Amino acid sequence: MRVRFNFALGLVLALLVIAAAISAGWIAPYDPIFDADLMNSEMPPSWAHWLGTDGQGRDVLSRILYGARVSLTVGLVSQLINSCIGTALGVSAGYFGGWWDDLVNGLTNVMLAIPSLVFALAIMAVLGPGLPSLLIALGLTNWSWTCRIARSSTLSLKNQGFVQAARTAGFGDTNIMRTQILPNILGPVLVIATLGIGGAVLAEAALSFLGVGIRPPQPSWGNMLTDARELIRTAPWASIFPGLAIFITVLGFNLLGDGLRDMLDPHMRTRRT
Amino acid sequence: MLRFILRRMLQMIPTLLAVVLIIFVIFSVVPGSFITSLMSEGRNVMNADVLAHLNEQFGLDKPLPVRLWDYLWGLAHFDLGISYRTRSPVWDVIEPRLWPSVKLALAAMGFAAVVGIPLGFLAALKPGSLFDTGTMMMAVSGLSLPEFWFGLLLMYVFALHLGLLPSFGYQAGSIRYIILPAVALGVSPMALLARTTRAGVLDVMNADFVRTARAKGLSEPRLVRTHVTRNVLVLVLTTLGLQVGSLMGQAIVIEKLFSWPGIGSLLVDSVSTRDIPVVQGTVIVIVLWFLVINMLVDVAYAAIDPRIKVT
Amino acid sequence: MSGAPSGPVPPDPVLSVRDLRIGVGRGNELLHGVSFDILPGETYGLVGESGSGKSITGLSVMGLLKRPLQVTGGSVVFRGQDVLTLGRRARRKLRGDRMAMVFQEPMTALNPLATVGRQIAEMFVIHRGMDWSQARRKAVEALESVRVPAPEERARSYPHQLSGGMRQRVMIAIALACRPDLLIADEPTTALDVTVQAGVLELIAELCNAEGTAVLLVSHDLGVIANMCRRVGVMDRGRLVEEQDTRALFENPLHPYTRGLLAARPRLGSRMPAGRGRLTELDEVVTGEERGREAPTLTTPRGLRLEAGA
Repeated sequence: MRVRFNFALGLVLALLVIAAAISAGWIAPYDPIFDADLMNSEMPPSWAHWLGTDGQGRDVLSRILYGARVSLTVGLVSQLINSCIGTALGVSAGYFGGWWDDLVNGLTNVMLAIPSLVFALAIMAVLGPGLPSLLIALGLTNWSWTCRIARSSTLSLKNQGFVQAARTAGFGDTNIMRTQILPNILGPVLVIATLGIGGAVLAEAALSFLGVGIRPPQPSWGNMLTDARELIRTAPWASIFPGLAIFITVLGFNLLGDGLRDMLDPHMRTRRT
Repeated sequence: MLRFILRRMLQMIPTLLAVVLIIFVIFSVVPGSFITSLMSEGRNVMNADVLAHLNEQFGLDKPLPVRLWDYLWGLAHFDLGISYRTRSPVWDVIEPRLWPSVKLALAAMGFAAVVGIPLGFLAALKPGSLFDTGTMMMAVSGLSLPEFWFGLLLMYVFALHLGLLPSFGYQAGSIRYIILPAVALGVSPMALLARTTRAGVLDVMNADFVRTARAKGLSEPRLVRTHVTRNVLVLVLTTLGLQVGSLMGQAIVIEKLFSWPGIGSLLVDSVSTRDIPVVQGTVIVIVLWFLVINMLVDVAYAAIDPRIKVT
Repeated sequence: MSGAPSGPVPPDPVLSVRDLRIGVGRGNELLHGVSFDILPGETYGLVGESGSGKSITGLSVMGLLKRPLQVTGGSVVFRGQDVLTLGRRARRKLRGDRMAMVFQEPMTALNPLATVGRQIAEMFVIHRGMDWSQARRKAVEALESVRVPAPEERARSYPHQLSGGMRQRVMIAIALACRPDLLIADEPTTALDVTVQAGVLELIAELCNAEGTAVLLVSHDLGVIANMCRRVGVMDRGRLVEEQDTRALFENPLHPYTRGLLAARPRLGSRMPAGRGRLTELDEVVTGEERGREAPTLTTPRGLRLEAGA
């Protein structure tokens, strides 16, 4: 019972954020960058500005709506890249074994030893700030868990005789990987990817907060918090709402991922009773 | 046991080398080096001679493999190079920042363990109850919380509004300064620990040997005390260790937020000033911390679980 | 009035189960009213396929049914007391002391992080109020009684250092430590090597005979039942369908299911093709109306179609 509630709530929140991102262009009351009225800066929430204005007189609500685009793009695209890399490496490592497996394992160990934020920071330092760099940095550094799961699932599938049976029936290697293994590992990979979206959103926020991600005046929830930090005394709403947006988004995807995991794992079902 | 430790330490070396290699290669392709960033700041208009001289001074004119070899050679002698910015040894720049970071990490972990583990335990003993559901919702929220936002809120409430605690700065020996950053940093590990402990306890409670213990006529409290706890500890230890290992990396943002003079804020600063040697040195220290903690966790496992062979 | 009674008085049964029903949630019954008696010192067998309900019968006697399974009706009278009406505390006091259980998987049935000696000694500390040093000495004695060589050393070992057969002996030592009146053995040898099985069964028989402990032996293995039990109950899908003296059962099975079960035994000298799946012989002998069955499961690669009957 609680399982489905998690999933439902997560789905609702995630869809909410996606809707906000897509419709930002239509429903945002102000332009997030150019509607800066310094006379009206640091105003608390009012009818004109539902969530108040920031230090430059820009409407917080509009900036949050546009910020959703950034966060979701980073989250979804970087996770897609992660999943592709991780699955490709993990399945091939598990399937072929041997020196390739050793190599992939060693690489995964190294990747896991470097905290992802540190790695992303280092890469951003090289590539410079901006959306494309973020996508590359986050896409290239978070595939380790996907790789692990893909590899161990592949290994256990190999042991179940699917692969043997298909080989004796004359199927080729790529065919087997595509038709036998891939469909079976899709579940766990999807779970990790969903949970990873939340992580990517947090990472983007952190990097933008530190000034190496999305640079102002382009709105990102992270850099909104950097600006707001100066104003914490006079305009606390400028700090509260962007952070709340991050929280709701990550919570949504985390619940979604949890719900998916519980639905896919038969053990969980019996244990809950 | 000693041989075990030694062997694990030796196993760390290839990983460390690979990390150094990767970081080095990444930063060698930096389009702008420290020198050129000085130029672009418009401080001096440097002519080609000065530029060449600086390049030579820092060894930047040598080809990549040579630079790499020099760096590794230096590492073997515990020499991390010279900071571009301060011209002093990198180690001198890093060293005073080490202890504050370690302190923060340990404080955060302490908070996380003291709150998270008992919560997870109690939640598992009454699965499906209101307490259980509430705790798990709180745990998911804790994992979804951007910690710098939470830190900001804490700052607002406790420092600015209530004036109870200082909002930035560091004072050796004083506990007041570490509370807010430690709590902000510790929320996420706490949530994870609560969940892992709960899962671990549920797993153990469903295990066969617990059924045997019940068949022997043990009361629940006694059962939990003597049979469950140690077995759960074994499961929770991995998470605990991993978290401590990765806290150094996660502390980056918190350190910047609270102006905590640790490795994390050093890393951010040196990245923005493109002080490559310091960046490399900091990353190496962070990774080393992670690897050492992992090894300690393995050692602890070997000590607690008799099934692990310690040869 | 004086005078001896006219004939031997049948002793009161140690265990008397009447119309026991077990269900899951609402409306899902797993046990449909099972009744049987076990006399003191007797070894009674409960035989049937997996899913027949024999294991949960044993578990419910001990009070070890896991949620969501629960007893929905009937009585379990142990030494004159209906244990189903007892409170949790009172029931717990009986466990280990007056009634004990041995399980199927010795690998996982012992706490991996505690020494074997400690796990046996625990029985004496809890039920006999001894202190630990006394209890440890008794534990070594217990190991001796189950014929574990070098008992003092063994007491300091951990479960993973022992073989399957020895682990099961440790389980027996634990179960019989307090000399219970009833021992429930749920497939005690199924997970063991064939070479070790006989020894463990012999041990159970010997020790229980010596102490007068009644045994409820649950098994799907007809050979085990034949060797150990004086009387047998046959279970099929939650019902006790037949109960007889062992010998009589084998010579003259009355219920069609029992007949089918006995007919399904591989016979010496018969040439049976090796195959996977359920007991096909059972199918030939017992008709579908008398019992249903599920299709066998096979592993096939996706995209490959199997011809029916291939």
